Amino acid sequence: MNARRFTPLQRLLHWLMAICLLAMLFIGVGMVSTIMPKYLALVSIHKSLGIAILVLALVRLAVRLRYGAPSLPADLPVPMKLAAQLSHYAFYLLMIGMPLLGWGMLSAAAYPVVVFGSVQLPSILPQSDSLHALLWGAHFYLAFAFFALILLHVAAALFHALVRRDGVFEAMAPSREVSPAE
Amino acid sequence: MPPPRRAPAGSIFASLALIIAVIAGGAAAFAYTAGWFTPKRLTPDRLVDAFTPPGDAPPLGHRRNHAKGICFTGVFEANGAGSALSKARVFAQGQYPAVGRFNLGTPNPNASDATVLVRGMGLRIATPDGEEWRSAMIDPPFFPVSTPQAFYELLVASGSKDPTAMKAFAAAHPEFAAFGAWAKGAPWTGSYAEDRFNSLNSFIFVDSAGMEHAVRWSLLPAAQPVPISPEELAKRGPDTLEQEITDRVRGAPARWTMVVTVANPGDPTADPSKAWPADRRTVEVGTLIVQQIQPERDGPCRDINFDPTVLPSGMRTSDDPFPAARSAAYAKSYDRRTAEAQNYPRTAPEAKP
Repeated sequence: MNARRFTPLQRLLHWLMAICLLAMLFIGVGMVSTIMPKYLALVSIHKSLGIAILVLALVRLAVRLRYGAPSLPADLPVPMKLAAQLSHYAFYLLMIGMPLLGWGMLSAAAYPVVVFGSVQLPSILPQSDSLHALLWGAHFYLAFAFFALILLHVAAALFHALVRRDGVFEAMAPSREVSPAE
Repeated sequence: MPPPRRAPAGSIFASLALIIAVIAGGAAAFAYTAGWFTPKRLTPDRLVDAFTPPGDAPPLGHRRNHAKGICFTGVFEANGAGSALSKARVFAQGQYPAVGRFNLGTPNPNASDATVLVRGMGLRIATPDGEEWRSAMIDPPFFPVSTPQAFYELLVASGSKDPTAMKAFAAAHPEFAAFGAWAKGAPWTGSYAEDRFNSLNSFIFVDSAGMEHAVRWSLLPAAQPVPISPEELAKRGPDTLEQEITDRVRGAPARWTMVVTVANPGDPTADPSKAWPADRRTVEVGTLIVQQIQPERDGPCRDINFDPTVLPSGMRTSDDPFPAARSAAYAKSYDRRTAEAQNYPRTAPEAKP
């Protein structure tokens, strides 16, 4: 890709998923720390939103493989370039992996997995206490890692936008205007 | 490639400060949502911790409450009458596989049967449409307290070394007196098969016309209850209930009639410590037939969380706050015990291939 910005579809997916992922992580830590009636509603949203994110992430991965990403500025220091590229791998792994871990965890616990009110999803793993414990741990700790990654991502985006002013932020910015430098 | 348009030094500091503020604010909001700034919040962790009295070791690998139990399998035979109240498949005439667990309301998996007043039954009925109805019932006719918060306080008070703790609790929760009175005079039986198990919590059944009915349900034993004193029960041994139900079911299946009670408008659906008047409409919806008993360690109930909010379509939770709290706490208990599997003798040595 030689363009300086992501395609409009990629930008749409990015910002839509940004909202979903933040909501997901906040709902996640909120629901596991309450016994109030809202617990049930939060868990229900968490499951449905998780499946929605899984679908969006797979679509996004296909779009990314088809359209690629704008190249980073030539003068960006190598460690920052490396961090940027690795963070993208981490994002895709987590966006696809977290819903699968959650789904697998519920399957291993023999809970029925019902999303969007009444859609029954098949069990993707056999019932197993050791698998459940493993997946639960992974889902729980990776959620905090995911949030930390998002914070780093936001910090880096703002650094590009406000300090380096190198066009990296604009590549994913939601605005339609073409940057004045073009 | 346009030349980079770096910000002047002064604005760089302002920008960095802004970035730090955004990140710190995000992290703080996350921590707040997780309850890290509100240690008083009643979390599933705190509720589950409260089942283990301070100073005692938790029953690793076991359910944190109702820790002692035995598995059963059988069928729920629906007579079709429940379809008037709920469109759930489980009420359409037919037989549906059931798995469950008789249990004692104690956090001690090795408790002697005669030391535990409250008995329970976990039940999961599956229907061919892939749906499940899970419930966990107990034998008192009403719950000791009105709210999950009060239940937590009851656990803390009863685990407290302070001799005035229970008195203070009872004073703050007048509804508890009724349970105390019941507990003093409650008849003991020598068999799970003679016990009545009650949902206590209210749920909403939705019929095929979309009409909603606030209900509670009970399993009424077919066996005639024979009262026995706890002293007499103690003489039969610490595990008499498990031995008795195993022997009994080996001889013939044990049965319970499932009765659904429908609330009148204005009945206290949100408060399981308040029984509904005895004249409320009841519907016999079917029979639970327990056909086999299995020890828990290798039994089919061992790894099931009898979460009372796992409901088929045609049923949902009501304004009763307990099912949500129970769901949260049961999940926590499940997460812990599955992570502690090495502490539970999960497979009998002779069962190994």
